This record gives sequence, structure tokens and C-alpha cells, in this order.
Amino acid sequence: MGKYVLNKALIAIATIFVLATATFFLMKLIPGDPFASLKTKAAVQEKQREYYGLDQPVTAQYFRYMGNLLRGDLGWSLKKAGRSVVDIIREGFPVSARLGLTSLFFSVMIGLLFGILCAQFRNRWPDYLLMLVAVLGIALPSMVLGPLMRYFFGVQLKWLPVVGWGTLDKMIMPAIVLGLGTVAGETRAMRASMLGVMTQDYITTARAKGLNSAQVILRHEVKNSLVPIVTGLGPGIAGIMMGSFVVESMFLIPGLGRYFVDSITNLDYPLIMGLTIFYGAFLVTMNLLVDVAYGLLDPRIRESGRKGRK
Amino acid sequence: MSMENAETKEKRIFQPDDFEKLPPPSQTDAAIARKQTTYWKDVWRTFRKNRTAVISLIAISLLILMVLIGPMMNEFDYRTNDYSALNQSPNWVHWFGTDNMGRDIWTRVWEGGRISLLIAVLATLIPEVIGMLIGGISGYFGGWLDTLIMRFIDVLMGIPSLIYMILLMLVFGSGSIMTLIVAMSLTGWMGSARATRGLVLQIKARDFVTASETLGAPAWWIIVKRLIPNTLGIRVVGITMSIPSVIFYEAFLSYIGLGVTPPTPSWGQLIKAAGENFRYYPYQFIIPCMMVGITMLCFNLEGDGLRDALDPKLRG
Repeated sequence: MGKYVLNKALIAIATIFVLATATFFLMKLIPGDPFASLKTKAAVQEKQREYYGLDQPVTAQYFRYMGNLLRGDLGWSLKKAGRSVVDIIREGFPVSARLGLTSLFFSVMIGLLFGILCAQFRNRWPDYLLMLVAVLGIALPSMVLGPLMRYFFGVQLKWLPVVGWGTLDKMIMPAIVLGLGTVAGETRAMRASMLGVMTQDYITTARAKGLNSAQVILRHEVKNSLVPIVTGLGPGIAGIMMGSFVVESMFLIPGLGRYFVDSITNLDYPLIMGLTIFYGAFLVTMNLLVDVAYGLLDPRIRESGRKGRK
Repeated sequence: MSMENAETKEKRIFQPDDFEKLPPPSQTDAAIARKQTTYWKDVWRTFRKNRTAVISLIAISLLILMVLIGPMMNEFDYRTNDYSALNQSPNWVHWFGTDNMGRDIWTRVWEGGRISLLIAVLATLIPEVIGMLIGGISGYFGGWLDTLIMRFIDVLMGIPSLIYMILLMLVFGSGSIMTLIVAMSLTGWMGSARATRGLVLQIKARDFVTASETLGAPAWWIIVKRLIPNTLGIRVVGITMSIPSVIFYEAFLSYIGLGVTPPTPSWGQLIKAAGENFRYYPYQFIIPCMMVGITMLCFNLEGDGLRDALDPKLRG
């Protein structure tokens, strides 16, 4: 187990390093100049470039950036004057995280519940109904679902505010738009996993021992079906993170996702780097946690170190 | 057992022709009464029973047909403005109505479908082929090369592909269909490589590979002609399932303004353009949305059906 975690952690660190390096050089390859403007004089632009160190060779800039990165200094935004990248992240991330985690939590829970119900009522109407919801979740990408929901629940029925952030009711729609894909994925995965478990011999044994259905379902079926579901969490988190790029700009939420696309099109170099590394590190850490959780749940991995196997 | 034997011994009566020679076996005896089924026939038989998958297949075929002939079915083309007919609701002249520049939506939807589906197919197949070759090489040679390639893939898979797609789109200059396909190919081959490698590891121990090796076939020939064709059957499911995600990425990139440049339509482009005035002209938004939805749905259901049909373990 120790070796397994160490292995995964080394890969995680390598990933962040590759991510930072590749992003840096790719970003420098994007044609354009962040300070090119008709409004400022050439001398001023020159001064700005010098101030931010953009007049130096790209490799020199790279080593300086990586050195600063190791000290936790992500630099200053070029376009949002007087604000450091760390400040922007500190301000935007809690908003994104609150929305993302709420959405993730509820969509996983609902997905699992749907999956369990589907498996229990296999090929009867609850199964068909819930699978229909799951299928819709696949067929409706966020940029389709978002405007539709805003129109029906916000404009027509006036149940929920159309845009905004701050109160709980403003969070409902973006959370649903973000999470529906995960609900769909988890429902399908849980249904398939549980159908596999339900035919196992130990379930027959459990029923033969005289346990009631609730005990069999909760203690034996659900617990054993969960293992493969945990691995689905990694892509789920990535999906919600990506979705936040669209959803945050659609619902005018002051999170981090909004900044990301803007920073790239604006050529705000330090902000691109800071956000990419931050997102990358976040995702890699989450995947690492998922892997460790998977290792803890799966005895074949948990025990692997002790038997002296690789 | 012994009881039975005793009984048969007692009751054994010889017939007069017991020691006669049997006639030589005729041609008709040797033939197997029922025609042998091949793997693919068997797959088709299972697949045909799956009603949702068959309906999806028909829907996909219809979509492809419409995308091919749809733009030719009326006299309008996708880029000509008609300022006397702005934002018309669906009617007998403009079957799906017109957009805010007076362009015929029927033509634009099918024309956009051509581009979206073209991107979807190419951006699925190209990374798939790259992944298959890399996965095949990694799995067949094994050893340090395999470890190196797999660690490299582990690292790349950890990076959110969308970030890379956005950066690549800007580096190559966003807007053209080629750029989209290249960006998606560069970010999409890892999953296929990993899956192919896993399958190759299973297949390379089989006898027909050993036979080829004994006969002196070169490594590339074994990988391309022996190993990869044998992984195709299972990979078909993965390929089918990745088409909807490519369509999603295309729509996503168009939505954030990095997709195909106007006036060339694509479904993502149409959704983005119509999303802004969805309140006033909902049909402009809903039609391309339905196309994207139906396509993503059908390819997913199709993939499910194929998986059930291809995987003998899942057959009930």
C-alpha cells in the first residue's frame, strides 16, 4: 500500500511539472503581445514589457517562473492591474469550490440512489424512468441545459433567479446544470455494478442466512458495488471543473472558471500559468485521493505490499 | 454405474448385422446440418434483438443521410443573408425559420451537422489510430519501453485535456476545422493507447502470435496485422462512445468562442449564436440543441448495444 501511494504521488508531481512546463511554452507560442495597443506609446509598452520581465529570452523567463513557483509566488496579473494571481485564486476559488462540491456531492448521492433503485427494480418501470433521466443527462450538454432551465424555471415559472450568486436559491440551477452529467454517469455505473454483485454467491448466502432485504441491500450489495464507483469520481470532478467554465459565465458567478478562458484570450501570462497549475494541481490531488481511496477499498491493492509482490 | 453395467451385460443380444462393415461415410453425413455462425454474425444477432440500439442505428443513419442531402433540399445556401426575412418562425418557405441575419436555418443546421459530424468522426478516428499504434508498440515490446510509455501516459492523463485543447487552439490559430481536429487528436490518444495496450498484453500470448513470430514476421507486421485487428472488436465500443464526447467538445469550444469561425456553421456555433436570444426566438436554439442531443444520445445507446453484443461475458 505504501509503495502504491508513493508511486501514485510521484506520478502526480511529475504531472504538475509537465503541465507547468508545457503550458509555459505553449502559452508563449500563442501569437500576440499582451501590451500591444494603439492607445499607449511604444516606449510605454517597452517599459511594461521590461517591468514584467517579458523582454528576456523565453528560457530565462521559464527558469525564473519555476523558481518563483517553488517559493509559492505566482506573480501578478498583467491585465488586472495591482492584483496578484494568488489573490485572484483566493477570491474566486471558494466560490467555484462551493458550487462544485455541492453539485458533486448531490449528484453522486442522487446517482447512487438512482443506480440502486434501477438495479432493484430491474426492467420494471422505475428502472426505465430513472434510466431515462440518466440518458437525458448524457444528451443535454451544459450549454443546452443551462438556457433551457433558465428560461423555464427562471423566466416562465419564476421559481428561481435567472442569474447571480450569494443566496442558496441562486445556487440551485447552476448546481443542477453542472451535476446532471455526473448523475447520469453514476446512475449507469452503479446500476451495472450492482447488477453484477446481485448475482454473486455471497448474496444468496446472505439471503439464505435469513437477513432481511434491507440488510442484504445495504450491507452486502451496496457496499460491494461501491468499489468501482469510487474510480468514477476522478472523471466526475474533472467534468464538473470543466463545466464550471461554461456555467459560471452563463449564470454570472464570480468564480475561477470565468477567469480561465478570459486569461488565455487576453494573453495574461501569469494568470494563465497560475490558473492552469492551480487547476492541474487540484485535479491531480483529487485523483490521487481517489486512487488512495480505491486502494483502501480494494483488498487486492491494500494487501499487495505485505505479500512481497510488486 | 456398476449396477447399470451388469444390467446391460445381461440384456445384450447380438443382431445379425452387428459384425458387418459400415458403409463409407457419405458427403451428406459429414456436412454440419446448420450453417456455422461467425463471430460477427453472432454479434449482429445479439445486436438486432436490442431494440434501442437498432433504433439508434437507424436514427444515426437518417441523420447522416440528412446531413448529406439536407442542404440541397431547398434553394437557400448557408451564408446568404436575406434582410427581408429576419428571424422568421418556421414556415413553408423556410422550414426551420431564419436566423437574425436572415439565413435559412434548415440549411444551416444540416450544413453545421456536416461539420460537427466530420469533426466528430475525424477527431475520434485519428487519435484512435495513434493510440492503437502506441498502445500496440507498448504492449508488444513490453519492458522498459512499456514502462516509459505508460508512465508518460499516466502523466498526460492527469492533465485536464480541455486546458490543452484551449491552449492548442490558440497556438494553431482557432477557427479552422483542421485546428480543432489536430488539437483534439493531440489530447485524445491516451485513453485508446492504454486500452489497446491492455488488450495486446492478453492477445500476444496466444498461439497465432507465436506462430507468426516463429515464421519470422517482423514486429511491426505482428503489431499492425495480428494484434491491432484483434483488438478492434472490443475497441469499437470505445470509439462509438467517444464520438459524443467529441461533439460535446466541439460545442464547448464553439461556446467559449474558440470553435469554427462564422459564417461557417457547426452545431456548437448555432447553439451559441441562438442562445443569446433564446427568449425571443426559441426555435433557433432548440433545433440545433435537439440535433446535438439526439446525436449524443444515439451514439451512446449504440455503444451500449455494441458492448452487450460484443462482450460474450455479458450475454444472458
